[in-house]
Amino acid sequence: MSIPQLLVHNPEDNVGVVVVEDLKAGTDMLCVVTLDNSSFRLTAIDDVPIGHKVALKDLSAGDTAIKYGEDIGKMIGPAKKGGHVHTQNLKTKRW
Amino acid sequence: MSEMKLTGWRRENGRVGVRNHVVILPLDDLSNAVCEAVANNIKGTLAIPHAYGRLQFGEDLAVHFRTLIGTGSNPNVAAVIVVGIEPSWTKVVVDGIAKTGKPVEGYWIEQHGDINTIAAVSRKAKEFVQWASELQREPVEVKDLWVSTKCGESDTTTGLASCPTVGNMYDKLIPQGIYGVFGETSEITGAEHLARKRAISPEIEEKWYKMWKAYQEEVIEAHKTDDLSDSQPTKGNILGGLTTIEEKALGNLEKIGHECKFIDALQPAEAPAKGPGLYYMDTSSAAAECITLMAAGGYVIHTFPTGQGNVIGNPIVPVIKITGNPRTVRTMSEHVDLDVSGILRREMTIDQAGDALIGMIGRVANGRLTAAEALGHREFVMTKLYRSA
Repeated sequence: MSIPQLLVHNPEDNVGVVVVEDLKAGTDMLCVVTLDNSSFRLTAIDDVPIGHKVALKDLSAGDTAIKYGEDIGKMIGPAKKGGHVHTQNLKTKRW
Repeated sequence: MSEMKLTGWRRENGRVGVRNHVVILPLDDLSNAVCEAVANNIKGTLAIPHAYGRLQFGEDLAVHFRTLIGTGSNPNVAAVIVVGIEPSWTKVVVDGIAKTGKPVEGYWIEQHGDINTIAAVSRKAKEFVQWASELQREPVEVKDLWVSTKCGESDTTTGLASCPTVGNMYDKLIPQGIYGVFGETSEITGAEHLARKRAISPEIEEKWYKMWKAYQEEVIEAHKTDDLSDSQPTKGNILGGLTTIEEKALGNLEKIGHECKFIDALQPAEAPAKGPGLYYMDTSSAAAECITLMAAGGYVIHTFPTGQGNVIGNPIVPVIKITGNPRTVRTMSEHVDLDVSGILRREMTIDQAGDALIGMIGRVANGRLTAAEALGHREFVMTKLYRSA
């Protein structure tokens, strides 16, 4: 199998993790779901650093971000499918 | 590891160590200078300076004593000299360590001064280190190893690769009879619903939940300014792509694998007493504090997943660094004991990574210096519960 650019923990997740360095906007990413080894393709619309998250679908403020099949916080701003998800648009529900 | 030959030092109380340190242990901050002078005089001894030990009281003092007694009692330590400013608290630590049966002596500085104390302690230290240098390794078994875990400078790759590697190791070695431990009370926040389910019984679940809840109420609620987003996740975590405490906690919890349940929830630096298995210890999520407490609980090898590249070590316990982040492997290779970045490239399975970690644990047990040992990382930080009197 070729080397994926994006890994997703769980089929229910709506964000995935960039696992290569210097990912540029416009890259047609091979995405692999680690739980079941299924794969799909997604185009990155931002330059995203290694380790940072990408939205797997359009997300709006108020939506819950799902990773590991679990709630990891609420969107406080939008993210387009293929766009960067981080502190600018996602926040904890805890503190 | 069943086919790997393991060796270690079997101590007077039957526990097995993988290192053979002679420790010069200060009771308090005032005694650091004497201990460091002795360690400079007598080659092969190890001073463990720290910041506290004066005017502490209540549970805070109990944690201080438990940490020092546990450090001296750790089977990676062959013999100990305790040095304090005065005799009576020095004797508390000496008597606690003496229960292991290992050689331990106490000295105090009042009415002697630094120079006479250094001379007296140096003579005893020379005797201890020459005695310890003749102790031989002997064959030991996997079940003799007590292996702790805590991760640091985590990022999203730790949840994908290095933490599940440790979890896979525990899934394989806990059934072989080792002792394990995880902690980091603040960093379970966001995954507490999953952590609770890993308790062996409703009683232990309740004991654990009270510990977690007490931290939320007595520490976070009492001291927070607005929220903890400036501290948890840390700035390093955020650079690495972790956004929220929930996300960090879910990755963190991957370290305990999928099979084992924890059989007790320990106080800071408390030694496990319910037999082999996985334990929880109430600790800070700061690496040096956490590993210091786990070492004081009696654990002899530490497994440390890192994403962005934490450089932590410990004076008496070898700390094995595992990373799945290829950038960290490229930029900080001197700190990495096990590279599992192949997991991200789908070239290595978690199962293979777990086997590789077990192999590395065996090599480190047999004497291979970890990156942190070779680089001289000896972070030792006492947990302080509240201000001194």
